[in-house]
Amino acid sequence: MNAPNKSGWKPEMQIAESGFLGGPVTSTGNRGLMLEEPLLFEIGRSDVTGVDLPEIDPSAPTRLGGLERSEAIGLVGLTEPETVRHYTRLSRQNYGIDLGFFPLGSCTMKHNPRLNEKMARLPGFADVHPLQPVSTVQGALEVMNELAHWLITLTGMHGVAMSPKAGAHGELCGMLCIRAALEARGDKRDVVLVPESAHGTNPATAAFAGFRVEDIPATPEGRVDVAALKARLGPDVAAVMITNPNTCGLFEKDFREMADAVHAAGGFVYCDGANFNAIVGKVRPGDLGVDAMHINLHKTFSTPHGGGGPGSGPVVLSEALAPFGPMPFTARTADGVVHLVEEESASEFGHTQAFGRLTAFHGQMGMFTRALTYILSHGADGLKQVAEDAVLNANYILRSMEDILHAPFGASGPCMHEALFGDKDFTNGLSTLDVAKGLIDEGYHPMTVYFPLVVHGAMLVEPTETESKAAIDQFITAFRGVVERALEGDEALKQAPYYSPRRRLDETGAARKPKLAFEG
Amino acid sequence: MPRYYTDEHEWIDVEDDIATVGITEYAQEQLGDIVFVELPEVGAMIEQGKDAAVVESVKAASDVYAPITGEVTETNSALEEDPALVNSSPEDAGWFFKMTIAAPAELDKLMDEDGYKAFVEDL
Repeated sequence: MNAPNKSGWKPEMQIAESGFLGGPVTSTGNRGLMLEEPLLFEIGRSDVTGVDLPEIDPSAPTRLGGLERSEAIGLVGLTEPETVRHYTRLSRQNYGIDLGFFPLGSCTMKHNPRLNEKMARLPGFADVHPLQPVSTVQGALEVMNELAHWLITLTGMHGVAMSPKAGAHGELCGMLCIRAALEARGDKRDVVLVPESAHGTNPATAAFAGFRVEDIPATPEGRVDVAALKARLGPDVAAVMITNPNTCGLFEKDFREMADAVHAAGGFVYCDGANFNAIVGKVRPGDLGVDAMHINLHKTFSTPHGGGGPGSGPVVLSEALAPFGPMPFTARTADGVVHLVEEESASEFGHTQAFGRLTAFHGQMGMFTRALTYILSHGADGLKQVAEDAVLNANYILRSMEDILHAPFGASGPCMHEALFGDKDFTNGLSTLDVAKGLIDEGYHPMTVYFPLVVHGAMLVEPTETESKAAIDQFITAFRGVVERALEGDEALKQAPYYSPRRRLDETGAARKPKLAFEG
Repeated sequence: MPRYYTDEHEWIDVEDDIATVGITEYAQEQLGDIVFVELPEVGAMIEQGKDAAVVESVKAASDVYAPITGEVTETNSALEEDPALVNSSPEDAGWFFKMTIAAPAELDKLMDEDGYKAFVEDL
């Protein structure tokens, strides 16, 4: 085998010259069974192949009309065991929710129950094709319909578009519904107001949907400035996009008042439902005056994400917006049959104003099955406890840290599902980034850093409801330890992490001078 | 040559009827390593307080607002190749763009150097 990963930046190889922790220098770079891994191009060669194919006659006609490849493609040839080992070794250097606590704020990295996986693998759900006759997929359509029913019930809304494939895709769906509703009444409003405490995707979505974006400031206590919002409303405002609970981890307690004002001014209310985990079973967004809200099944309803599976972002819609929801959707008729409503059958179901389609087919079937499994295995009372435990865990972290770590909104009342801290008391040039890297040495995935922007050196910690008190106590001990080092100005923290497969990466170099191709 | 500052951490040098705009030393320090700068088009009309450019660091992307109203006459093409100039020389070689001054009265509301120093110390 070639020398391992020559092109990777790897300062610990310098340590290896004198041995790791005083032990012997290994010829492979491996440390016991922690294996170093070369790049694919360093393992294989392009003049060999790992696949045994029959000889071909180069003079045989190909019917490619002169488009035959004229030279070698340059990819390395690898055998199946080489390939399997490469990716398995890399996976051992990864970190995920199945390995440990993952407090990435606003991402809701909760446990993905194995029961969900078992259900999603049932052949009736896993082995269906979107173009099968509807009569042969009644079970799958029933799952979609049942999930749609739960989502409408939990949110107190009128309808739901199931096809959006992730949170931001759901935002786009909601904003396109708003645009369609405005166009239907010949209204040329083109401004979308986005508060500072909203998710970063909101302004991008509004701009992508063809609106102009204007900011609304946050109050010193971390909520939307209601007076500023009301002052800006007018005949040019199409919608307001509010994240609730917001990215400061706070519930927007004046939501109903804001929604009423927006409606009175002729606009629509979009709610970013990414943080629904904190209020599921407790608050119905429909009661707050929401017109459209996406639900991240991969957050609130425990389907895998962050490398483990695709997102899924159904959008619940108010009575005013539901007629504009995209195709296809499911509907049950009086005879109990569940129908997939598409363009041909839209008039039969009275759904003639759909703005079009967001996806070719129905959405993320695998995620629908997992999410419904999660909902049914918890039940309505269990979902309520999800929200209570998520909020309790976050407040436990907030109150366990605020004596040593700046908590800018600690006095604004209890936080929701995530606790927000800032780096203003760190000394000796230490910052949030150093604390995040220090946590990697302690064996934790870092929290969300430098977001939201309203807090200097923000650290957003979301424990979720699936961690035990023992696990959270252990994290608090580690977090306090790293924060104390930052407060004392520990120079060594600037070099963290020390114990990860790679040391601190050169993020600036990677962004300024990215190397996107293997260069031998 | 008078230099003005905004509370959004931009500086403006005024020479005859052209203003040169950049971000301050404090701004670059807060942003961290700059990796990308998006500049306005030459000839674009920009309005005081509205988005004029985008500066992206390893931490975040931030808008740079037009400190005054006017037309963009020139942009600093060196930043496309070397955005690090904003870190190494924010108030000189790392300037963003030059613009006309449509309403000279807008300058009166901006801070001078002492005013900006006091403003930053209060943050």
